[in-house]
Amino acid sequence: MSEDLREGHTSLWWVAAAPAIWAVHFLASYGTAAVWCAKRGSESPLSLARTAILLYTVAAFAALAVVALRGLGRYRAATSQHPGDADTREARSQFLGFTLLSLSGLSALAVIYEALAAVIIGSCR
Amino acid sequence: MSESRDVGDPPSRPAGDGPGRNERTSDQRPGDDFSGDRPAVVEVWRERDDVEPLPEAPPEPVQREQRRRLAEVWETPKGIRYWSSVNNSDVGVWYVSSCFIFFLFAGVLALLMRAQLARPNATVLSADTYNQVFTVHGSVMMFLFAIPIFEAIAVLILPQMLGARDLPFPRLSAFGFWCFVLGGVFLCGSIFFGAAPSGGWFMYPPLTSTYTPGIGPDIWLLGFSFIEVAAIAAAVELIVGVLKCRPPGMRIHLMPLYAWYVLVAAVMIVFAFPPLITGSLLLELERAFAWPFFDPNRGGDPLLWQHLFWLFGHPEVYIIFLPSIALIAMIVPTFSRRPIVGYGWVVLAAIGTGFLSFGLWVHHMYTTGLPGISLGLFSAASMAVSIPTAVQFACFVATALAGRVTRSLPMLWMFGAFAIFVLGGLTGVMVALAPFDFQVHDSFFIVAHFHYALIGGALFPVLGGVYYFFPIVRAKLLSERLGKIAFWISFIGFNITFMPMHLTGLRGMPRRVFTYPAGLGLETLNLISTIGSVILGLGVAVVMFDVVRPRRKQATSPRDPWKAGTLEWVQEMPGKDWGIRSIPEIDSRYPLWQQPNLVRDIDEGRFYLPDAEEKRRETLVTSVIDASPEQCQRLPGSSFLPMVAALTVGGFFIFGTFHWWTLAMISLVTGLGVIILWLWTGTAQIPESTTKDVGLGLRLPLYVSGSSSIGYWGMCVTMFADLTAFMSIVFGYFFFWTIHEDFPPSGSTGPGVFWPAISALLIGSAWALTLLARRLNRLGRARAFQLSLACSSVFALLGAGALIAGPWRTGLDPASHAYSATVWLLMIWSALHVVIGVIMHLYCMARRFAGRMTARHDIEIHNVALYWHFTWLTVIISVLVGAGFPLVTGSMP
Repeated sequence: MSEDLREGHTSLWWVAAAPAIWAVHFLASYGTAAVWCAKRGSESPLSLARTAILLYTVAAFAALAVVALRGLGRYRAATSQHPGDADTREARSQFLGFTLLSLSGLSALAVIYEALAAVIIGSCR
Repeated sequence: MSESRDVGDPPSRPAGDGPGRNERTSDQRPGDDFSGDRPAVVEVWRERDDVEPLPEAPPEPVQREQRRRLAEVWETPKGIRYWSSVNNSDVGVWYVSSCFIFFLFAGVLALLMRAQLARPNATVLSADTYNQVFTVHGSVMMFLFAIPIFEAIAVLILPQMLGARDLPFPRLSAFGFWCFVLGGVFLCGSIFFGAAPSGGWFMYPPLTSTYTPGIGPDIWLLGFSFIEVAAIAAAVELIVGVLKCRPPGMRIHLMPLYAWYVLVAAVMIVFAFPPLITGSLLLELERAFAWPFFDPNRGGDPLLWQHLFWLFGHPEVYIIFLPSIALIAMIVPTFSRRPIVGYGWVVLAAIGTGFLSFGLWVHHMYTTGLPGISLGLFSAASMAVSIPTAVQFACFVATALAGRVTRSLPMLWMFGAFAIFVLGGLTGVMVALAPFDFQVHDSFFIVAHFHYALIGGALFPVLGGVYYFFPIVRAKLLSERLGKIAFWISFIGFNITFMPMHLTGLRGMPRRVFTYPAGLGLETLNLISTIGSVILGLGVAVVMFDVVRPRRKQATSPRDPWKAGTLEWVQEMPGKDWGIRSIPEIDSRYPLWQQPNLVRDIDEGRFYLPDAEEKRRETLVTSVIDASPEQCQRLPGSSFLPMVAALTVGGFFIFGTFHWWTLAMISLVTGLGVIILWLWTGTAQIPESTTKDVGLGLRLPLYVSGSSSIGYWGMCVTMFADLTAFMSIVFGYFFFWTIHEDFPPSGSTGPGVFWPAISALLIGSAWALTLLARRLNRLGRARAFQLSLACSSVFALLGAGALIAGPWRTGLDPASHAYSATVWLLMIWSALHVVIGVIMHLYCMARRFAGRMTARHDIEIHNVALYWHFTWLTVIISVLVGAGFPLVTGSMP
């Protein structure tokens, strides 16, 4: 049994990482847009705020990629001879890897949805 | 904090004991209840270091003695003392029953509304009574049924499902329950005096601030804040229960799906409820003391309430929905006779939904004039959340298709729930689109939408759950025949009631208006809805009759009547007060299907903790990921203290409603005293020895402090909730900044810089001294410990004074402007936390002095230090925002 499968080397916090990245992206986008529009008036174009949201999106994707790669590593590391519900550390590690990976996917999708709003809407109206 | 591990043996599994792997075959005892219609035992790949039960059962006399001792220790008190019980099997039943009583009450209110709306210009209810009725109906259904029923069911069955004897903090469950009942009765009772809130269940100001005199809104704000505290207490309990009280070997990927959903929903409560508590605090401060948070004339804004309310209100929909889906996730595999398809995907869906649901709140505010881009962002999140929701339903359908579905009553209710919820989901996608929402906002279309979502997503699954879990509670099955009748009446009645409301709404009928004129094409639709509501009511009545009818003559249910696979069904019929006879080693997701002889081994005490030699209530604490045993946790027994604490603390809120501040303060101080007594006599007891043999050759510590102790976890979760409430005030500050041209308003002095800086310094020292005290205590230097905490207390009190001195010395008037009010609130909030921290210091000093805390037995100071981390953070943020932010904006052009 390889060393890093021990419980001390893993953490449940990682499971929250990907959706937390989405949450930060979401709040940053909303905060930027809301403050921009509140301070510039409801007729002004989004211009810089829009760029900022797209930059956040790139950053979010980079962060999500880190989580996804970690998840993929865990998922692949476990040999396929154990079924997913086996009572082993490998199966547990594989499960957590899958959870990281799939949550990264879902979060990436949600981030794209958010970014689309900024692509489509160009002003504070 | 690994230092705590040195108490007793390091928590680890005994290596290499027990017989070899896979030796045991699936030979079932003759006469075993568990045979017949059961799936073939699924081969489980096991690890070498897995632990097996005792190869031989203890002799029968030994078993008899063990059972006798367990029964004695866990016995439910008799007579009036029955109500002092804190056992989850008692508290859970009270909790579920009270939820249903509140549900019936709110249901009767709904029928009254339908009677009023049956015909145009009807006069069954006056306009004002109608307002009270719909407000109380919505509030009670949400706060006294939908949310607490989740916690109630979880308190009842989660320990069973996890093979634990009880939840980690049984008295906290009891406290939460009594808070809930007291608050609920207070709120429901108000309608009989015509004093109930009437501003709708979301209580928008200025309707509820400026335009509603009387105590209605106060009852809502204070009553529900009290109930929300109870809900957070239960959430803390459930989170720690799922993470730390699983049976040995139940690794994180072997947890029942129900536990995953409970974990997600409870975490959501921790972050979703505090914004509403803060909102309620702000609104009550405006009503009672004219602090103008929501008054635009003095710099406030009613939209702040909407943000805070829906920041709670939308996640809340999913807090209701997820635990109900969890019931589906348990029931579908049972009746499909196979493990769930896509366990990992369902976990993904639960976590994903939990997070995304926090990004939906503004979709309740589409018509408030926010910029299009804001609406777009929230609309996008509203669309995204339907993905995980669909994923879990796909998994359930796949499970049913891949298995052999057996016809059964709980499944029937689940199919009903599917059908109704999918329709509610479809209209949900419609109203997530901002332009469509503009059209139907606040119309009966919305009423139809959320009743489809909530009744399909919560009520029907819960009723299915009642049919499913009833044998666990009463050891009897509910009637198959009555159940089917009830289902069809309810299902048909529901659709007759709510289907026409889509049209009523599209034709323009607004919600919350007590009547309508004839000739608008609304008469027939409304009459149909009213007829339907009576039919739906009949259906619910049949269910309730079946639940409460006497069933003395009915045969006891067989054990595991549904042939389910999860651990709660090992329960004997009728169940024993002790819960589970011995705590098993788990190595599969459906242990009853996949672990041969499990029931026999549990019953014969071949697993952990088969006895209560020291006459103490005990359960196992295990690690978060792999559920390795860490500690044998002593649990407190029956006591009236939680009830008295709830009544006294509740008195503060109830007297506060009537602005009887003296009585309120007396009640609060008494409550504080009761809680201290409860802590002093019931928590962090020093055991008679450091370790205990829990069976199967495993010795575990009886006392663990620091980050491995459940109390530390409880404190940590609670403080996250507390910090979220505080951050909601900070959110308010910056919200005001965005809407004002000049903020802080020109001419306002703010709290200055001097006093806040002094307070930060003093309280920072108090925090550092607390950490020093923890260290000194570990080193066994009692006197230095006391001195350090005493100095810390003095610094802290001076610091709290300095926090208040800032706005006080600069003459900031909280009633003059929302800015001043917010700054005052930041400072008072922080100062109060510091004062509570000082009370904790005094408590620790007294414990050390009394010898109830020692150098090694130091749970208290660890938990207090954790509290102080959060308090220090709170103070720093208050000072930076209150004193620092004006400097930053002042320097801007």
